[in-house]
Amino acid sequence: MTVTVDWYLILAAVLFVIGAAGLLVRRNAIVMFMSIELMLNAVNLTFVSVGRELGNLTGQFAVFFVLVVAAAEVVVGLAIIVSIFRTRATASVDELSEMKG
Amino acid sequence: MTELILFLIFGSLALTGGLTVVAAKNPVHSAMGLMLTLFSLAVFYVVQAAHFVAAVQVIVYAGAVMTLFLFVIMLIGVDQEENLRETIRFQRPLVALVGLAVVVVGVVVAVGGRFAWVTGPARTGAEVNGTVEAIGDELFTVWLLPFEATSLLLIIASVGALALAFYQPRRRQRDEEDTR
Repeated sequence: MTVTVDWYLILAAVLFVIGAAGLLVRRNAIVMFMSIELMLNAVNLTFVSVGRELGNLTGQFAVFFVLVVAAAEVVVGLAIIVSIFRTRATASVDELSEMKG
Repeated sequence: MTELILFLIFGSLALTGGLTVVAAKNPVHSAMGLMLTLFSLAVFYVVQAAHFVAAVQVIVYAGAVMTLFLFVIMLIGVDQEENLRETIRFQRPLVALVGLAVVVVGVVVAVGGRFAWVTGPARTGAEVNGTVEAIGDELFTVWLLPFEATSLLLIIASVGALALAFYQPRRRQRDEEDTR
């Protein structure tokens, strides 16, 4: 029994859904952030798997750029969380409702 | 055969890590679960001949990003009670429904091999070789402009993080002046 690209794609889909569910259900901003990272990683796995299936390197470059953008996103996002915490002493997103319409 | 064993072991580890991220009460445990998932994915990258991506995954994600996460978790405290009361009615059943739908669509697309309409026809037989040399060759020729753009992005991100870190609300500044 050999492992085909389908297996990796199904695993990635399940990981993506776990991340999406975490993002929607949890209220702690840091845990929500980690769920986003989980989703990004699931997509990276599909890029690498499909790239191998198609026999070109483009998927790996997509992963490289996703990694860079994710690193930048984490830096800014965590800075925002810390500065919110310094003024409000909470990391729960339900408490932050000033900007709602 | 080796790939099957590796897939079964590290696939289940990745799923365990993912579920830990979502289910753990303590954010530190969530971070550990995410780290487990990241390492498992790095193993998959090595299996799929993406050596450079695997190295970057371990160094940047499991190293730098997770350290940053743990720093912030320690900084703002882990012992806070999380209020999981739903503000939107039926949110959890809806989440479960949408998640199930996405998994079904993913499985159908994957098993049916229908990603060809997104990616184009497969060039079968070609072996990918994601060594540092091959990646660097193409990165600094074909992908040079996007690569330079990412450097700009990183500078903007670090300046933005610095600006956020040094920002102080005006009220607190006035308080400090009063106490002087």
